[in-house]
Amino acid sequence: MRPLSHEPVVAAIDQGTTSTRCMLFDPQGQTVALAQVEHRQIHPAPGWVEHDAAEVWRNVTLVVPMALRQGGVEVGDIVALGIANQRETSVVWDPVSGKVLAPAITWQDTRTADIVTTLVQAGHDEQIEAISGLVPRTYFAGPRLRWQLDHVTGLRDRAQAGELLFGTMESWLIWNLTGGPDGGVHVTDVTNASRTMLMDIETRQWSPRLLELLDVPASVLPRIASNAERYGTCTTLLPGVPVTAAIGDQQAALVGQTCFEVGQAKCTYGSGAFLLSNTGPTRIVSSRGLISTVAYQLGDDAPSYALEGSIAVAGSLVQWLRDSLGLIDTAPQIETLAATVPENGGCYIVPAFSGLYAPHWRDDARGIIVGLTSYITKGHLARAVLEATAWQTVEVVEALRGDTGMDLDRFVVDGGMTSNQLLMQYIADVLDQRVERPLVSESVCLGAAYLAGLTVGYWDSLAAVRDNWHRAGSWRPRMDPARRAIERAGWEEAVRRALADCS
Amino acid sequence: MAKNIQSVERAAAVLRVVGAAGRPVELAEIAQALDLPRTTTHGIVRTLREVGLLTQPNHSTAYALGRRLATLGRARLDPNDIRSLTTNYADALASHSRQAVFIGVPHVRGVAIIHHVFRPDDREQTMVIGAVVPFHATALGKATLAFAPSAAGGGLSLERFTGRTVRTRGRLDVELSRVRAQGFALDVGEHDPDLAGIAAPLRTVGGLGVGAVGIVGTVGTMVGTDSQPRPDLVGHVRDAATAMSRAIVAGR
Repeated sequence: MRPLSHEPVVAAIDQGTTSTRCMLFDPQGQTVALAQVEHRQIHPAPGWVEHDAAEVWRNVTLVVPMALRQGGVEVGDIVALGIANQRETSVVWDPVSGKVLAPAITWQDTRTADIVTTLVQAGHDEQIEAISGLVPRTYFAGPRLRWQLDHVTGLRDRAQAGELLFGTMESWLIWNLTGGPDGGVHVTDVTNASRTMLMDIETRQWSPRLLELLDVPASVLPRIASNAERYGTCTTLLPGVPVTAAIGDQQAALVGQTCFEVGQAKCTYGSGAFLLSNTGPTRIVSSRGLISTVAYQLGDDAPSYALEGSIAVAGSLVQWLRDSLGLIDTAPQIETLAATVPENGGCYIVPAFSGLYAPHWRDDARGIIVGLTSYITKGHLARAVLEATAWQTVEVVEALRGDTGMDLDRFVVDGGMTSNQLLMQYIADVLDQRVERPLVSESVCLGAAYLAGLTVGYWDSLAAVRDNWHRAGSWRPRMDPARRAIERAGWEEAVRRALADCS
Repeated sequence: MAKNIQSVERAAAVLRVVGAAGRPVELAEIAQALDLPRTTTHGIVRTLREVGLLTQPNHSTAYALGRRLATLGRARLDPNDIRSLTTNYADALASHSRQAVFIGVPHVRGVAIIHHVFRPDDREQTMVIGAVVPFHATALGKATLAFAPSAAGGGLSLERFTGRTVRTRGRLDVELSRVRAQGFALDVGEHDPDLAGIAAPLRTVGGLGVGAVGIVGTVGTMVGTDSQPRPDLVGHVRDAATAMSRAIVAGR
């Protein structure tokens, strides 16, 4: 993007569900470079979704030099590296060889249903929720580690012998960046740890009771650190550059959108969609299926919390239309296809590929398409795909309103799907609220970069980075209320069927 | 009669074998079907995969017809693909130029706006995606027309918007030659008396113009006292157009 300038920049890696990207940012939070490589989605059985953590690490070693070349930046120009990652994906590896010991089980995978059901049936759910703040579900990482220990030959023996390390993706990357078998730092951050169902949400340390309930040895777990501190220094790839931020991708986007005040919220549209609302120093327990989670913690400061509405399937439904049905050649062409018809023709899709997340939380729900008649074309299906994301957004926004008693004064979005005009307009229409997009859509990377830069003094305060936020686009509602009510009834009926079919 | 090129014939035969199978086909099967050595066959399929005419679905070892084969007959770029491929560069352009950014593609009556990034000053602005602006009176239109001469189809209406609007075909042609020579187009008060635009073409394989990217701002912020466009802004627009063109070529 620009010639060699030797201006200092901050680097961020976003290890996401479908791709790994590296971005470089200048003091104004402007993009200096962006490089991205996709990795394989492995589906060995229905409901199972795996990644190869070795492939992911290889991709990191590809995208970082690509970004440097693109930005005309040398390693010496990088003042700090921040990492954001897909959350709840479980990686196990050998500390001596550095080899991955099992496929990484991703956050969309539902194979731990039996483990979770057993915990609930034994009556442990209340205690788990009291300690971790989480209602036991297949979504969280701890039961995945338990599954790996139970099902991968030799893993439990290795754990006993101290020959096994566990981590979510940020732990795996930081360990490799800081030396791997040769002194690699085994660390996680409080946001990622808060999604394992193994952490005490009050002390922000591993809970001995939860480790006992899940039969997970403490020795395999990383140290829990804040989101902004010096974890270690890269010995490879960016030698000498300090790693000074690690944060789950959704919390990173909250920071990237500079939602630092109580009540400020953002929704990120990627493979899934995630609404996070900052609740400040107070942890709010949801009665409507939202997850109470750590938003961020800067060094020794007190943490800020967030309420999260998690939607498992958003962009991944578009990918399904592309890869599994072959109705479109590229993901953006969903908009072209949807624009061939003026409305959905009575067709609704409930994409419960990983069960339904917030606010329903039914691991056993499976996707359905309703309203099929000979009138329905692929254009109607394309509309139903986009509308599913919009209606799921409405559901989590209403749950948030119910839990906090507050209306969102702004609805701020980011992520790849925000380039879809039809979707953004439809979200504004069904929310009956203006939708706004910031100048840097890559809020996840930006958030990780902000925290990394704050740690080393590249930015001196949250207020300084807040001034970098600018509105790049907005969509105003223009749907007739009667129409909205009819569409809403259609969606709700479809959801009722998705839930009824599985019980 | 000139001799046919053997490798092209063989490549066509490979495509026919894979197409006829109706399922992914292993290298060994292709070699066997064509009675060719494995190494020869491998060279052909590897090349076909690299140019996108074959693919290995789900990272298997077997080959299927690539997506690009199906889209060969549809050369037109989808505007939604263009927006998605260029959105990060459009944001960067707005951020560096501090002006509103527009991307346009040819439309029967002018240039259709397919992407709009607000001027990053947080003042109230309205999305104009879907609007059509005239070819002859905007930088975006001139940059599009200069590099895609067939874009205007049959005729151009040279409607007068301001006293500075280009109103003769002769003057427009002179202007378009200058755009081609300079690599960017300019409009100073030709569509709206208070606004100026700078735009550069988006070009795909072979230099073919597929549209343009431009910035629009007040005449005062865009043009210097010498009535020339600010060189830094021209530089930002041209850099963005180059990066976007590269992304469009790579993403096809």
